[in-house]
Amino acid sequence: MNAQTVDTAENTGPSQSAQMRRRIFRHFGLLIGGGILIAIVLGALLAGALAPHDPYAQDLANRFADPVWKEAGSWEYILGTDHLGRDYLSRLLYGARISLLIGLVTALISGVIGTIMGVSAGYFGGKVDAVVMFLITVRLSMPVVLVALAVVALFGGSLLVVVTVLGLLLWDRFAVVMRSSTMQIRGLDYVTSAKALGCSTLRILLTEIMPNVLNNLIVIVTLEMAHAIILEAALSFLGLGVQPPLPSWGLMISEGKNMLLFEPWLITIPGVALFALIFAINMLGDGIRDVTAPENRN
Amino acid sequence: MLRFFLKRLGLAALVAFTVSLISFSLLFLAGDPAIALAGEGATDADIEAVRIQYGFDRPVLEQYGGWLGNALTGDFGDSYYFKTPVIHLVAEKIPITMTLGLCAISFAILLSIPLGVLAAVKPNSLIDRFALFLSVIGQAMPSFWFGLILIVIFAVNLGWVPVSGSDSWRHFILPTVVLGYYATPAIMRLTRAGMLEVLRADYIRTARAKGIRPGKVLFKHALRNAVIPVVGLTAVQLGFMLGGSVIIESIFALNGAGFLAFESISRNDFPTVQALILIFSLIYVLLTLLADLLNAWLDPRIREA
Amino acid sequence: MEHLLSVENLHVEIPVGAGLLQPVRGISFDLKKGETLCIVGESGCGKSLTSLAVMGLLPKSARRSADRLELAGKDLSNLSEREMSGIRGNDMSMIFQEPMTSLNPAYTIGDQLTEGLIRHKGVQRSEAKNRAISLLEKVGITAAASRLPQFPHQLSGGLRQRVMIAMSLMCAPDVIIADEPTTALDVTIQAQILRMVKELQAELGMAMIFITHDLGVVARIADKIAVMYAGAFVETGAAEQIFNAPMHPYTKGLLSCIPVPGKTECGSRLGSIPGVVPSLIGGVQGCGFRSRCPYTQEACASEPELTERAGGHACRCVLDTSELNSIIWEAA
Repeated sequence: MNAQTVDTAENTGPSQSAQMRRRIFRHFGLLIGGGILIAIVLGALLAGALAPHDPYAQDLANRFADPVWKEAGSWEYILGTDHLGRDYLSRLLYGARISLLIGLVTALISGVIGTIMGVSAGYFGGKVDAVVMFLITVRLSMPVVLVALAVVALFGGSLLVVVTVLGLLLWDRFAVVMRSSTMQIRGLDYVTSAKALGCSTLRILLTEIMPNVLNNLIVIVTLEMAHAIILEAALSFLGLGVQPPLPSWGLMISEGKNMLLFEPWLITIPGVALFALIFAINMLGDGIRDVTAPENRN
Repeated sequence: MLRFFLKRLGLAALVAFTVSLISFSLLFLAGDPAIALAGEGATDADIEAVRIQYGFDRPVLEQYGGWLGNALTGDFGDSYYFKTPVIHLVAEKIPITMTLGLCAISFAILLSIPLGVLAAVKPNSLIDRFALFLSVIGQAMPSFWFGLILIVIFAVNLGWVPVSGSDSWRHFILPTVVLGYYATPAIMRLTRAGMLEVLRADYIRTARAKGIRPGKVLFKHALRNAVIPVVGLTAVQLGFMLGGSVIIESIFALNGAGFLAFESISRNDFPTVQALILIFSLIYVLLTLLADLLNAWLDPRIREA
Repeated sequence: MEHLLSVENLHVEIPVGAGLLQPVRGISFDLKKGETLCIVGESGCGKSLTSLAVMGLLPKSARRSADRLELAGKDLSNLSEREMSGIRGNDMSMIFQEPMTSLNPAYTIGDQLTEGLIRHKGVQRSEAKNRAISLLEKVGITAAASRLPQFPHQLSGGLRQRVMIAMSLMCAPDVIIADEPTTALDVTIQAQILRMVKELQAELGMAMIFITHDLGVVARIADKIAVMYAGAFVETGAAEQIFNAPMHPYTKGLLSCIPVPGKTECGSRLGSIPGVVPSLIGGVQGCGFRSRCPYTQEACASEPELTERAGGHACRCVLDTSELNSIIWEAA
């Protein structure tokens, strides 16, 4: 009941965009997540310049070289070498490209599919909604890992196949969230008035609905990027994802697994990289949600 | 209530049917199983013979119809690899996966619901921060890597539990923790958010105004309402976990349906893969149905919808 | 006669982002057995928080302080949540504003009606059920027994508010606090419920604090009236005193906003009070009403005390009684 007085006090504050900027720079998770992600993206983009060695160059005389912090380690191979004597740091840097590529392309494919389905279901309702809901249920009841493994096994484990399969499988959350966001907006006055003005459906969808579900969309994009990156790593780990000699982090963990008992850092390093990337993307997504819709926090 | 149940049951059947159709066509599209079946060094004539023997020369819908008809009677054909009925293989392995799934979901519930409730009761407290920390870490942790790390620490270095296998309950400890932790962040967050919202509700104030004891306000009046969305999520998570068992069982060499699925995929054993996809999706559909029924019991408003 | 409920210098403070919100600033009142006190004021004046503070139901972030807070001689100000829960619903109960959301959707009416009685008096479930049925009948619900197994969503708003009233009466409390119990209801149902509340109160001999912004409602039920503005009482007195001889400019302004049959001339304009309630963040400097008051003068810069002007009739204004009696609110 004191909302009125509180509101007037807040409205006298700085402008909307300044408030937004302040919220961004005060959001700890957003800064940490954004910082780590930028570092990883830079590492991936500049892998060619940063990597001290060719990630594919084998040196069988120098297998399992210790990383620099161990006694036998050297600055030549900062993170050591793997079972084929390839420089671990260089492979890690090039591997970031694969993870980021998988994340981006999968989120793009599944985002387009899911958004089209979700927005049409939410906007048109009725039969369209029923069909989309059914498809979502069907999709959710398909065991993702199992289906993805089977398809990759059948079509061969190339980057293209992995990305396509994941893109075709991970649209469910887009559809669910876009559907409910659109439903909320559909009934609002400005959409009704746009309809009354005789705007075409497509125009309403693009100019009235889409801009207002964009925040939610971005949050789902981050979630699904993280999801796709973990799944690719898992598939590659099981040997039914990206194939050697590509330096996928999941593959690196899989190759290091055989030396689990003797050289645990072989799985620790790519695992930590994978963890850091997922962590950063999740933090960024949570941060965007908090900053764009502070009232939805918690 | 009965109508609600029948409607959901009909939908479940339709969903399972569609999933099986999709996975069947996928496997059909994927190429010629006859080549794989005939083995290396087979002549064209051998392959042709296999094709006719297994009926691969028939149109896809006809093959699917035949498969579905048999599947409805529990006959999923013979495994290409073991040459024994798929249903026997699955029946042998599925209890292990179900055990793992139930252990893991129990672990997740016992960890996340109390923590979520406590975090909501005292927001920004130490326990809230701990819960947030657990969920942030859990969300970013690739479960296969987490499994390996646990093996290194608890099985190899400390030797508290066996590294792999499925012979005793001790073999299930690490897989339970890994798979359960996977489901924990989502359940905990939803419990916390639900409790936070419900604790602000007018009827909580009413219960307090009546002089109901604080503990009872929390567990009778608040939790029951907050847990309604959690029930659905838990069912979904359990379904995902059964799918995720493919990865976990492979890491721990736990000899369940997930491991069977992984090996069957590697062996091009299509009937087994096909049957497992259908069974996993059926389990998922039944779980969500169960969650709906549980929710209808928890929330009287749903009963009449 | 001994005071049943005695409140002295009650303060509520809520820290907010921009500072300290002080929605209740030094409220004092006494309530005798069977008496009805109406607290009247605009939304945002702090009247609901006053009632929540007395019940010990303030939001967690709010801080309460009082020189005295006694119910039937028992000090409530330092009780723990657990001790307070033994008083609430038993000796003192509350009816809320929002009947649609104040009942738990997951439990039956019967369960929610009886749980307080079972908790406080330790009675058997069947006995509690009988009392619930008799109270539901008393609040005018037909086929009361068949309502018990129903859920809140199966009842209309009017019925739910009757259930809420019955619920507050279950333990026959000494004091009932009703926070705008009729605001969310249709006008016809409002009248029914008001009459019923009044009858029940007379019958059961309870004291009542009735909180409202509606002077029409006040006229029908009040013994004593406290007019609240910006977190403090600006005028208190017996109902006749306030209605027949209002003193404070704000009270006069409020009364000029409602038409009086036989007095208000046809076609004449009803009163209104220009301006808005001042922000209660960081305290109020001087008289809270001075920015809206037509009689503001320099002395208003320091807040006047609530002083007794005539037997039991007190007013918080720098003007003296004769000046106050002579002013007439100008219809703006």
